[in-house]
Amino acid sequence: MKSGFKFLKHTFSVFAIGAVAVQGANAETLRLLTWGGYAPDDVVEMFKAETGHTVEVTKSNNEEMIAKLRATRGGGFDLAQPSQDRILGPQLEFGIYKPIDISRIDQGQFIQSMLSATMANTTVEGRVYGVPHVWGTSGLVMDTAAAGDIVKDYTDLCDPAVAGKVSYRLKRPTLIGFAFAMGMDPFAAYSDEAAYKDIMDKVESKLIDCKPNVKTYWGGGDELMGLVRSGEVVASMAWDTGGWKLNADNPNITFVAPTSGALGWIDTFVLPAKGRADDAAYDWINFVMRPEIAAKITAAAGNFTASSGADAFAEESLKARYQASFPAVAIDNIKWYPPVPGGLEAIEGAVLDRVKAAQ
Amino acid sequence: MTPDLEAVGLSKTFADFQAVKNVSFTVPAGSFFSILGPSGCGKTTIMRMIAGFLEPSSGDIRIKGESVLGVAPNKRPVNMVFQHLALFPMMNIADNIGYGLRRQKRPKAEIARKVDEVLERIGLPGIGQRKVDELSGGQKQRVAIARCMVLEPDVLLLDEPLGALDLKLREHMKLELKALQEAFETTFIYITHDQSEALVMSDQIAVMNQGRFEQVGTGKDLYYRPQTSFVAGFIGDSNCWEGKVESVDATSTLVRLDNGSAIHGVFDDRTSHVGDSVDIFVRPESIGISRNASDFLDCENRLSGQVHDVIFNGAASRVMLRDSQGGTMIEVALPQSGGSTDLLKGESVHIGWRAAQSTCFVKGAV
Amino acid sequence: MTQMTARLGFFVLLMPLLLWLALLIIIPHIDMFLLSLRERVGVGEYETSFANYLILFTEPLYIWTFVRTAVMSVLATAITLIIAFPVSIYIAKIAQGRLQQILFMLCLIPFYVSELVRTFGWMILLRETGIVSNFVQWVGIVDRPVEFLYNDAAIMVGLVYTSMLFMVVPLVTTLESLDNSVIEAGYDLGGSTLSVMREIIIPHAAPGIMSGCIVVFMLSLGNYLTPIMLGGKDSLWFTEMIYNQFIVRFNWELGAAFGFMLLVLSSAIVWAMLRLTGQTLAKTME
Ligand SMILES: Nc1ncnc2c1ncn2[C@@H]1O[C@H](COP(=O)(O)OP(=O)(O)O)[C@@H](O)[C@H]1O
Ligand SMILES: [Mg+2]
Repeated sequence: MKSGFKFLKHTFSVFAIGAVAVQGANAETLRLLTWGGYAPDDVVEMFKAETGHTVEVTKSNNEEMIAKLRATRGGGFDLAQPSQDRILGPQLEFGIYKPIDISRIDQGQFIQSMLSATMANTTVEGRVYGVPHVWGTSGLVMDTAAAGDIVKDYTDLCDPAVAGKVSYRLKRPTLIGFAFAMGMDPFAAYSDEAAYKDIMDKVESKLIDCKPNVKTYWGGGDELMGLVRSGEVVASMAWDTGGWKLNADNPNITFVAPTSGALGWIDTFVLPAKGRADDAAYDWINFVMRPEIAAKITAAAGNFTASSGADAFAEESLKARYQASFPAVAIDNIKWYPPVPGGLEAIEGAVLDRVKAAQ
Repeated sequence: MTPDLEAVGLSKTFADFQAVKNVSFTVPAGSFFSILGPSGCGKTTIMRMIAGFLEPSSGDIRIKGESVLGVAPNKRPVNMVFQHLALFPMMNIADNIGYGLRRQKRPKAEIARKVDEVLERIGLPGIGQRKVDELSGGQKQRVAIARCMVLEPDVLLLDEPLGALDLKLREHMKLELKALQEAFETTFIYITHDQSEALVMSDQIAVMNQGRFEQVGTGKDLYYRPQTSFVAGFIGDSNCWEGKVESVDATSTLVRLDNGSAIHGVFDDRTSHVGDSVDIFVRPESIGISRNASDFLDCENRLSGQVHDVIFNGAASRVMLRDSQGGTMIEVALPQSGGSTDLLKGESVHIGWRAAQSTCFVKGAV
Repeated sequence: MTQMTARLGFFVLLMPLLLWLALLIIIPHIDMFLLSLRERVGVGEYETSFANYLILFTEPLYIWTFVRTAVMSVLATAITLIIAFPVSIYIAKIAQGRLQQILFMLCLIPFYVSELVRTFGWMILLRETGIVSNFVQWVGIVDRPVEFLYNDAAIMVGLVYTSMLFMVVPLVTTLESLDNSVIEAGYDLGGSTLSVMREIIIPHAAPGIMSGCIVVFMLSLGNYLTPIMLGGKDSLWFTEMIYNQFIVRFNWELGAAFGFMLLVLSSAIVWAMLRLTGQTLAKTME
């Protein structure tokens, strides 16, 4: 009965698409759970024209993506894009993804090192759950004229010279960043809960000490941009793209990789456990990894992709900003997030709560 | 003795509309004074100026000889019974009546005693704990009066307080109100558009029209000696005709109606000139009716006509008669005693009345 | 037979309402309550216990946030009432015709934009480089930029602003039903403005005050964006805790316990308000 209905639906779409005279013998609707900028309208249009598949875009963030998939036990979407460190833990605990058939991915389009690293990080019981898409870093966005000499690393945000003019998020990247800046290696302690807790306790007291220095904990990207653009905040922990966007308006403001190293993240493609349009999902992955399409996404999202050769199509101004922020040593120094084992959220959550409550 | 209330040249103008025009009157202590007029003539406006809710545009209001201009409503020694009573629905009866006393900061025991007393006087003892909406219309009426009377005001203002009651209750409350006023010995100023209310209760009535007082006097004065055409038409029933003065002599005036009939009448202390346009008013009960023309030999006005209709209404029965000379319709009272009760439609009859009974007013004169 | 059909018809008519209540209100709450009773003992392993509630009551931060949210919401409700009452009297009793409509529209205007935009609007006004700060510098009260944002007062301003309409509407409705002559009678019998207010206007408006307060209190308690965006680094709001547990920490069990406690809290405070003022829910909803 159910399959009969599906069949009907398929035939119907075929007729509908056929009228537009495109190939799509099995056109589907792809329900995509992604970040803002990762599926620009023009790319969605081009994809539809070429494959016949329609894309329904839902914008979200890491936590909400996982919460949504968890609520439906992996249903409601056909393709999602959590960061690579957020695949292993949730998969083990909630089983919300299904393995990727690597043979259906055009591997040649990927930067090989990034592809293999992501696949390794997202392998559970010998099966691969994620392939890379967009990558970027978080570090420091600052007004170099006002804070360039003072703020070199995350911990410098606590310097009295910039009191009341700094900001960061009260989220886990801040904890990790401060830990590195304080000379510790939280990633190495991921597997050792006691050691990790120890690190977090130190970070906690640092953040509590630092609290009076902070103007506000920013919540959304727009809020941060407003703070930095108005000059109310001269240095903040933030994403690289934010700094580059502001740089276009004010050359003094840019993204700076902290001395302890920027934190590198990779957003991936995963298949939700109950996704229904796998064909369209694979088509989408292979489509957006084409260099010229990937360049369009870079233009929209501000971040580079794992597509090999897309650099050639990227805007010159963006490349220039990227090179200014990342000298060769800074690139080597990027700390890539390893998969987060389950249980760490509880430790981090308690720390964040206590920082928030501290007076 | 200074009058309880005195209004001198009182006027009120709203934006561009003059609602009250130069009204003066005096109300002696302990009397029942009514203002009678059609709705919209400015009665409530006068009342609200006395109570203090409106500032007069000009003129003065004096209570017991003292001007109250500029005195706030809550400081004036007058109280008002509102058109829809305005009892406080959020309080019980005792609290309603005690409200004013509480404002005067009287001791609790005294308030309770006074409330009981006044409830006794209005004939509703023991209802203090009831809610407002548990009372009948007449009971509410009495409570509204008691709520004011307990404060022993110099003057009580009542704005059409019987308007919301049904006819039967209204008839009853008229007498009761008069009795209450006598019992409390307070000056009442009573507004109404119902002449019967005013006539039954009042010591003095002011007839008001379009912002002016037309005439002030006792009910009898207004009824028998109206001074303006409006009063004559407004108080009681009247036959009203229009005509021109044909001749004037020492005792009466001859008026020629537009249809040719001639009527003898008198002018109420005003001289008239030949050729003036006039209104003539004759009350139905002033006209005698008989089958014999000889019954009216001493009447200056004698007419005959056909019975057009007989309207039976008990003591207020009427005959509608068509004058055989000019065709005018004349309304005549039909006494329920005497020989004319058996008149039939179409029958020829004679009518007659004294010249003194037809009151004439020159048109346009005020 | 006819009685049977009548009864059947009654249930058929009532069905949508019952379904709505059951599907959207009762079942989710039961589900949430059951979820809140699960204690996570290991990866994918759960036991039934009150552990989550225990966490709420033993962790000072959670209790503090819980109490703070309740107190701030009550305060926001009180301030809204104090501001809205004279405004409503003006709209219902003093303003005439067009002016009345314009004033009413003014209360509606905040709802022409989304909550997010509205909150951003306040941020633009109150921030250090914002309009208010520039204004007080221009007037000469201060000689350097002042930060009005990121404190409890800013949260209060945001909450009161958002709630105004929900207080004004029931107040204007009840006040309009109060006959002007009843107020005049209050003055006529010797009442001062204060006593007329206390003995006549407020008692009459009590059901409107109550329903306004209940709605505003619920809205404030359940508000998420305003306290977080305007409150800054110390903005502790209970809905944020719930969001964090559900979304950021993946701890649905604790989040459910929090949510359930919020329901209990709001019911308790509404009940207390009704008891305190001697009102009944039925009267308030008239
Ligand atoms: N506040 C006001 N503004 C303008 N006109 C008014 C106002 N109050 C009364 N009027 C007008 O004054 C006239 C007299 O009104 P009112 O004194 O209430 O009459 P009454 O009580 O005799 O029926 C009416 O034409 C009414 O429209
Ligand atoms: Mg009136």
